[in-house]
Amino acid sequence: MTRRVPWTLLVALTLLVVPFLGSRFYTFVATDIVILALFATSLNLLLGFTGLVTFGHAAYFGIGAYTCALLMKELGVPFLLAWLAGGAMAAFFAAVFGFFCVRLTKIYFAMLTLAFAQIVWAVCFKWNDVTGGEQGLPNVPYPDLEWMDAVPLLADFRVGDKFFFVALVLVACCFAALRRIVDSPFGRILTVIRDNPERAQFIGINVRLYELAAFVVAGFFAGLSGALFGIFNRGVFPDFAYWTKSAEPLIMTLLGGMGHFWGPAVGAAALIILNQQITSYTEYWPFVLGLVLMILLFAFPGGIVGTLAGARWRLRRRPVTLPKPASDPVSRNA
Amino acid sequence: MEPSFLFGQFLGGLTAAMFLFLIASGLSLIFGVLRVLNFAHGSFYMLGAYLAWQIVRWVGPEGEGFWLAALGAALGVAILGAAIERLLLRHLYRREELYQLLFTYALVLVLADVAKVTWGTGQLSVSRPPSLSGSLQLLGITVPHYNLFIILLGPTIALVFWLLLQRTAIGRVVRAAALDREMLSALGANVGWIYTGMFFVGSFLAGLGGALVTPTQSIVPGMDVAVIVDAFIVVVIGGLGSFWGTFLGALIFGQVLAFGILVFPGFSIFAVSALMATILVVRPWGLLGRPIR
Repeated sequence: MTRRVPWTLLVALTLLVVPFLGSRFYTFVATDIVILALFATSLNLLLGFTGLVTFGHAAYFGIGAYTCALLMKELGVPFLLAWLAGGAMAAFFAAVFGFFCVRLTKIYFAMLTLAFAQIVWAVCFKWNDVTGGEQGLPNVPYPDLEWMDAVPLLADFRVGDKFFFVALVLVACCFAALRRIVDSPFGRILTVIRDNPERAQFIGINVRLYELAAFVVAGFFAGLSGALFGIFNRGVFPDFAYWTKSAEPLIMTLLGGMGHFWGPAVGAAALIILNQQITSYTEYWPFVLGLVLMILLFAFPGGIVGTLAGARWRLRRRPVTLPKPASDPVSRNA
Repeated sequence: MEPSFLFGQFLGGLTAAMFLFLIASGLSLIFGVLRVLNFAHGSFYMLGAYLAWQIVRWVGPEGEGFWLAALGAALGVAILGAAIERLLLRHLYRREELYQLLFTYALVLVLADVAKVTWGTGQLSVSRPPSLSGSLQLLGITVPHYNLFIILLGPTIALVFWLLLQRTAIGRVVRAAALDREMLSALGANVGWIYTGMFFVGSFLAGLGGALVTPTQSIVPGMDVAVIVDAFIVVVIGGLGSFWGTFLGALIFGQVLAFGILVFPGFSIFAVSALMATILVVRPWGLLGRPIR
């Protein structure tokens, strides 16, 4: 029975409808979700697919945000170019930092990623002439979206709604690229490394090189997401690279389920919607987030997607596609 | 530059180093034995500071109530730490490191808000105890007695812990737990209680550090996330789990911070992070640590 529902397409179409609801607030939340879903998914390439626990992913988010904002604000570079430059700059720094990080394992890897992220944060925080220091870079311009006025249906939207369409299309392209990467032979090798690094090394995979490649790709997409976020947020601030920002995509990934490609995106949506609900009642959102995180860690380690997949399995009494590849690529290739 | 000015910078760095040592030594002990990197250690430090303020308010600021407050705050934090380990953290030991890391991060979030609800978001301060409120002229600069006390307290605590670890039966068991917990457990030691005990001691040190820092710094929300990164840097420089390494790491951190300001104004926070990264690249196990696994 292969009654496959094209969930991806359905979700993308549903999101396209959001600005038509006419609520500035819904568009705001949807833009936030779309951009941070990309950030969390880029992290999951390392966490869920390669098995690398990084505590400094915000560095690349911040680098992308600053690069894109500076290019657009100070030099007037067109948006699409500045956006790609943000990703490229983040990828470049991911390559430099990652070169050192992949030499270490486990807790030392996490600590070194944290150390590099703190360096990035310190530079953003203190380099007043370029990054604006503690005050950040306010008033990042929206991209030039006047061409949309020529498009029927889109002409009457507010600039925030127009930017949402742009962000949605760009993030959708990123997701398609990430999906291809994960399903490619390259992505398969990453999961081999996650499951058994020694064995991967033994069959001739250059583990460090693959880990570095994954690190650079993850950094690139984190940078792209940061670049969009800077524009959406109308400003870029040193907090974008602070260590607590690195915890955000980790929580989203865990909440959604790190064993699944779409887990982090689901987690991002759930977390942001929850945040909007809770903050309308109380200012103590971190307290609630901490409790949610503890409940997840103790009771639902598979996250939302993992738990749902498990429940579906129990209902139907038949196996569903498991997070780890069912066939073992190692023995097949060997 | 005047020699007395440089000496002042040196002493300032030394005082900062001893505070950091108090906090980082607890972090290092917990990591050395439990292999858990405790993000909530900074929150315990913050709670120590708030509790000390609270107790000083109860007993009155005059007289030597400060010492009672410092000890009470440290004990309170230690009991909280031990309870968290016993009731929650121990259920995550079998999981991956990520789960333990995120659990301690969840504690950071929860404890920060608990402190905000209880003590508000304003700045609080505690005055120096009368017995140490004076100061002393040393090589042309004025050094408060309290800072001298802290500079002497750091090495004293280091020596006491070193003797406890090296020369007592309990210390031997703790060192064994750091090396091979399965073997120790097979030999009949109750490893579970050793872990709780280490969490108690580590949290005590964090609480004590927080309480003792109150006469020199105001208590503000956010001191928890700021201090934990510094403590990580200290522990990484010296070597995760290495006791004297932490001491050395704190000394280096303090001096880099004090003199970094002169060399690269404004970039001293950059200098210490860069130092941590360099150490991790060149010698991941730290200056005095041993490679593990």
